Formats: sequence, structure tokens, C-alpha cells
Amino acid sequence: MNGRTLSATPTLTERAGALFHRYANPGRFLRLGDRIQPWLTWSAVIITLIGLGWGLFFSPADWQQGDSVRIMYVHVPCAWLSSSGYFALAVCSVLSLVWKHPLADLAAVEIGPVGACVTATCLATGSLWGKPMWGTWWVWDARLTSVLVLFFLYLGHIALIHAFDDQQRGYRAAAILALAGAVDLPIIKFSVQWWNTLHQPASITLTGAPTMSQTMLWPLLISTLGFTLGFTAIVVARLRAGVMESRIRSLLSSPRRAVSGEASA
Amino acid sequence: MTHLPYILASYGLAGSLAVILSVGAALRLKRDRLKLASLEAARGRAQSGTQGGQRA
Repeated sequence: MNGRTLSATPTLTERAGALFHRYANPGRFLRLGDRIQPWLTWSAVIITLIGLGWGLFFSPADWQQGDSVRIMYVHVPCAWLSSSGYFALAVCSVLSLVWKHPLADLAAVEIGPVGACVTATCLATGSLWGKPMWGTWWVWDARLTSVLVLFFLYLGHIALIHAFDDQQRGYRAAAILALAGAVDLPIIKFSVQWWNTLHQPASITLTGAPTMSQTMLWPLLISTLGFTLGFTAIVVARLRAGVMESRIRSLLSSPRRAVSGEASA
Repeated sequence: MTHLPYILASYGLAGSLAVILSVGAALRLKRDRLKLASLEAARGRAQSGTQGGQRA
């Protein structure tokens, strides 16, 4: 009796697995994506325009940096997204390796290129901010170098996914790389504290009050929210396309099975 | 405003990236939706043909 009760009680891992599998259904994801896509896209466009417009035209210039501080409203959201995008990639890798979540592999395929583009923009806008402020486009500073490593990790992830004839082996190898590369995230975060860097320390922390004026903080938070929604909207759109492509491949590869109504992708 | 070119380049770069990624995703979605619809229509026709043949 006791043994039966124990075996009937699902563990936390089993419960989490059941939850993920419930939302792993590609058909369910397509229906959900259809509903949320317009909301995500239009809220991203409106909020980003408000944030960037506020930052560009209405927020004050910095007493030290002058107008070049306005690059912050693009650079900081890109920096936040490059790290959080990679974190999402690592989460997808865990879901793929532990629970063999089919949607997690497709999500990792779609997050990689978007994350790489955002990281490249973060590096480029950082250079464009560094030139007038530091007098140089690039320094081998701990923060800059660790973000460059993150960019290479994204590229490695993309390359590894497509490096195998067997797609499942590619997904597995890329997931392992994504998990191993996640060690770069705390290095990026704490690089400005661990080393004496040219890059300025964090102005917004979870534990302390922000060290910037409210007139700059609000447009920064709004543009970060807008960029995050935009990133999510693009990834959801690409993921919906990825699910459809996998369904198309399954229909084309097994026409007889598809005709008999067995194709379930 | 001596930093204006740097500011414009930053905003232009981010804006171009957003446009390229979103237009690319929208076109890919549209193409896949059309292809899937045509394949599923063909599958539907084949299924009804099979059922018709079985009845006959």
C-alpha cells in the first residue's frame, strides 16, 4: 500500500517533464503562436519606438559623455538580450538533453542566429560608443572579450547544429556546447567587478538603487522591454516557421503515411 | 553634436537588424504556410480519393 502510494506520487522531475511535454506539442504551439504573434509584434514595435524616441529626443545628455550617451538605449538592450538569449539557449539544451523535448531543439535552432545577430549589434554599438568616449574602437578588456567569446559560442552552436548528417546528433552536440558555454554568462556579468576594466560597472543592479538619473533610466527600461518583446516575437515567428518546415518534411518524406493520416508532426 | 554620426550609426544598425530579421521571419512564415496548405490540400484530396475508391 505504502509502496504503491510512493510510486504513484510523481517526483518534481516527472512533474516538470509532464509540464514541458504538455507544451511540447508542435500543433498546440502553432495555435498558441498564431494567437500571441500579433500582440507580441505590435507591442514590441510600439514600446521600442516610445523607448528609443524618448532616449533620442527627450532624455538629457550626460554631463560627461554628452549626446553619445544616447547609444546606451540601443547598446544596453542588445547586451541584455545577448546574455538572456544565450541563457534561453542553455535552457533549451537542458530540455533537449533531459526530456528530449522536440520543440526545444527547434527553439535552439531558431534562437541561435537571432542571438548571434543581437550580440554582433551589441559589439558594434559598443565600438561606436567606445570610439568617441575611449578614443578607440576596441580594447581587449574583460567585458568586451567575454562578449566576443559569447558571439563565437553562438556561431559555434549554429555551425555544430548543421555539421552532422544525422540531425539528432547535431542537436545533441550543439546542446552540450550551449551548456558548456553557459559558464561565460557569469564571467560577462561579473567581469567589471573581477577585473579592472575600461568598461563601466553596472548601473542597474537587483540589490541596489540605480546609479543613473530617472530621466535616463525610464527610456532605457522601456527600450529594453521593447527589444525583449521584439526578440521574442522574431524567435516565435521563426519557431512557427521551423515547426511548419518540420511538418512539411514529414509530409514529403512519407507521403503514404501522411495519406493514411498517421503523420503526427 | 559631434557624436551624431556614431549615434545615427548605432540606431541605424539596430533598426536595420530588426527589419532584416522580422521581414525574413515573416517571409519564411508566409512561404511555409502556403507550402503546408498546398501539401495538406493534396493529402486531403488523396484521402477522399482513397475513400471513394474503397466505397466503389
